[in-house]
Amino acid sequence: MGMKTFEQLDETLHFEELENGLKVYVLEKKGFNKTYATFTTHYGSVDNHFKPLGKNEEVKVPDGIAHFLEHKLFEKEHGDVFQDFSKQGASANAFTTFNRTAYLFSTTSDVKKNLTTLIDFVQEPYFTEKTVEKEKGIIGQEIRMYDDNPDWRVYFGLIENMYHHHPVKIDIAGTEKSIAKITKDTLYECYETFYHPSNMILFVVGPVNAQEILHFVKENQSQKSFKEKAPIERFFADEPPAVAKTEKIIEMTVQTPKCYIGFKEATPKRKGKELMRHELCVNLALEMMFGKSSPNYEALYEEGLIDQTFSFDYTEENGFGFSMLGGDTQSPDELVKRVSNMVEAFKQDNISTDSFERARKKKIGAFLRSLNSPEFIANQFTRYAFNEMDLFDVIPVFESLQASDVEEVLQNHFKKEAMTVCQVRKKKS
Amino acid sequence: MKGAFIQMGIVNHEKTDLHGITVHTIETKKYKTTSFILQIKQSINEKNVTKRALLSYVLQSGTKDFPSSKELRSALDDLYGATLNADLSKKGENQVISIRMEVANEKFLSKSEPVLDKAFHLLSQVLLAPALENGVFKENIVKKEKRSLKQQIESIYDDKMRYANKRLLEEMYESEPYHLNVYGNENEVDAITSKELFDYYQEVIMKDRIDLYVIGDISTKEMVEKVKKHFRFSENRNETVETDKQNREEKKISEVKEIFEEQDVQQGKLHMGYRTYTTYSDEDYFALQVFNGVYGGFSHSKLFINVREKESLAYYAASRFESHKGAVFVMSGIETGNYEKAVKIIKEQHEEIKNGNITDAEFEQTKAMINNQVLETIDHPIGLSEVLYHNVVAGTNRTIEEWIEGIQNVTKEDVVSVAKKVTLDTIFFLKGAGTNGNENI
Repeated sequence: MGMKTFEQLDETLHFEELENGLKVYVLEKKGFNKTYATFTTHYGSVDNHFKPLGKNEEVKVPDGIAHFLEHKLFEKEHGDVFQDFSKQGASANAFTTFNRTAYLFSTTSDVKKNLTTLIDFVQEPYFTEKTVEKEKGIIGQEIRMYDDNPDWRVYFGLIENMYHHHPVKIDIAGTEKSIAKITKDTLYECYETFYHPSNMILFVVGPVNAQEILHFVKENQSQKSFKEKAPIERFFADEPPAVAKTEKIIEMTVQTPKCYIGFKEATPKRKGKELMRHELCVNLALEMMFGKSSPNYEALYEEGLIDQTFSFDYTEENGFGFSMLGGDTQSPDELVKRVSNMVEAFKQDNISTDSFERARKKKIGAFLRSLNSPEFIANQFTRYAFNEMDLFDVIPVFESLQASDVEEVLQNHFKKEAMTVCQVRKKKS
Repeated sequence: MKGAFIQMGIVNHEKTDLHGITVHTIETKKYKTTSFILQIKQSINEKNVTKRALLSYVLQSGTKDFPSSKELRSALDDLYGATLNADLSKKGENQVISIRMEVANEKFLSKSEPVLDKAFHLLSQVLLAPALENGVFKENIVKKEKRSLKQQIESIYDDKMRYANKRLLEEMYESEPYHLNVYGNENEVDAITSKELFDYYQEVIMKDRIDLYVIGDISTKEMVEKVKKHFRFSENRNETVETDKQNREEKKISEVKEIFEEQDVQQGKLHMGYRTYTTYSDEDYFALQVFNGVYGGFSHSKLFINVREKESLAYYAASRFESHKGAVFVMSGIETGNYEKAVKIIKEQHEEIKNGNITDAEFEQTKAMINNQVLETIDHPIGLSEVLYHNVVAGTNRTIEEWIEGIQNVTKEDVVSVAKKVTLDTIFFLKGAGTNGNENI
């Protein structure tokens, strides 16, 4: 059993890797009512081409299957697991991202009972042809709900523009057509491969006793048998650094157009501290260029090209990475022109120490603020861990960065040929 | 100090009435930040609704010392990324401006800096010392924020769930102030002058009910001193929040209003509004909470089970309620052709509750979930301030313990009697016209 204290943050993290490979983390949060637990597999929408556990042939599975599996794990022979949680006063949920599927609950009572329910339901799949068919109607409506959401459409449109082959461009939920091909057998195949304990992390945060929780989870796992752990073979086609498409316009029934500008990362192969430094640097660069206290933000706002919906972010995982910025705008083409000129001008200039320091302070404050949230801690810690990073290194890494580090990412990441644009515009009647 | 009210228990809530402002302090070591939440309350009315919305935008865009958005934002960034935002909400027939600020607790910073006092000063300036020119709000700030407000109002149309909800309220409360959009009317924005807005601002400072919540590793005594120092109001201030007594006697419904609208959407948005004739201060308020939980508040509720799980008609089918207007709203995203079927099932579930068809399991589950929900809500500083603020809006003095006990004491009979009061008023359905959003290029 391990323990790591982050003195500056007044937090102690307990962890242990069990015999079957499952990694368990517990963070005690005194004074909170709520305990929040996530059970996450390192498996998401991009993992659609792999070698199933114990087989020699690689397979390609239908788009949207990781998300479909997430829905179906909740259904058991005795009924719906949501009900088991709510009988125990907990609310449960789950979500699927590009490379994670997380199952979670939050509760203010019966932590151990709920923890057992969480671990057991994820580790005991029950798929039948009938229940798989029934789910297609529900997920079909979920897909349509997203189809009507212009923010989602513009976000995904931008990612589609960037990638030639990488499956990050596939909508997480798939399409009504692709999910029609899902059967109980394909679900089991994905499950067997990706839900092995050695591919998963359990994170518990709340007013708990860490030793007790670790012991309890160990006990639960020791009563179950699992196949020998084996590395998972996933396949991704080679992705060229240039964008697949430089522009796309989607017409929808909206009043205000939306416009996002993306920069595709050319070498998204980093891991660990290197990835953390890079992510934080690109985010600092964005903050300095377009943060609310920047001259660029002020100019764009004053010219009426952006409003309060304007935002930006950089994200990178194994195999893909991109920054995006934008929001609602009355003049999308003008916004694109201005932003790309601003990026170019910023690259020419020297970085001011003042604005570097200010951006860093802002980011450190924002990070401290997010540590108020047990949800943030559990979800982000898991995401970082899958990429061999430690969430609690964020502040020391921020403090170790120099303006010259930002200079470097400015030149390497924000390249003209890496830029692409996606707009949602008002449909002409 | 006019009087202090201390509430110990799950949260240590201390309330201190000062001239012009009531300070609520919650001392806790749970957080890595200190949160300030200013709540400014006035009744919502046709005459001022748009001005008040615009005011919330203008106040967060500059102060006397930092007279532009850029300068104000730089000052916040220098305070270790303190956040400042103002937003609007409708609580019953009140239009509440909330100004929130959150600042890192000094003890977690490697270089110890006195951020708390600076933050206090900045927040007071946002409310009491705005950026002026020629004795009124700065023209260029007002101009920019008008544009932002208009964009905000327009954006509701683009989010079909919000749009359908807005349309439901307009139809359902046609002749009551509650139909007003909290962001005001788009066509009134341009005509507001800086002078008019400033006059209205002075009225706000003189008349509105103002509460400040401070939550974090703080000392009440110190906070009260700081408020006294930074938040000074005129001697002549005279708090007057108008309440429209007539609207307490809510209209009786003779016929359900059914409104259809068609748009090019993939999924129909079904929204149904019910009157409950019960609000936060009423005795059967807890029974209404439990009713909503059994009906559609959770994933074990009748709506989720019957509309989604049994019939696969929808991805979401839920109900929520508004504590101070006393309304229950049902919403679901469905295939346009399934309208009749969905409405029938939703109505049937209400009838089931009226007839007392509530299993012990769903009843107990609901109570456990509500209990869990409130305890979770108060783990978050904003959630905690919202729970406590209900008392200010409703004029009650309910502690969190009383709240939890109130839910525990509800019986099935209580839920049945409240269900019988709950009456469907209006159905709004945004129908899909069918085709996909076309992609060009």
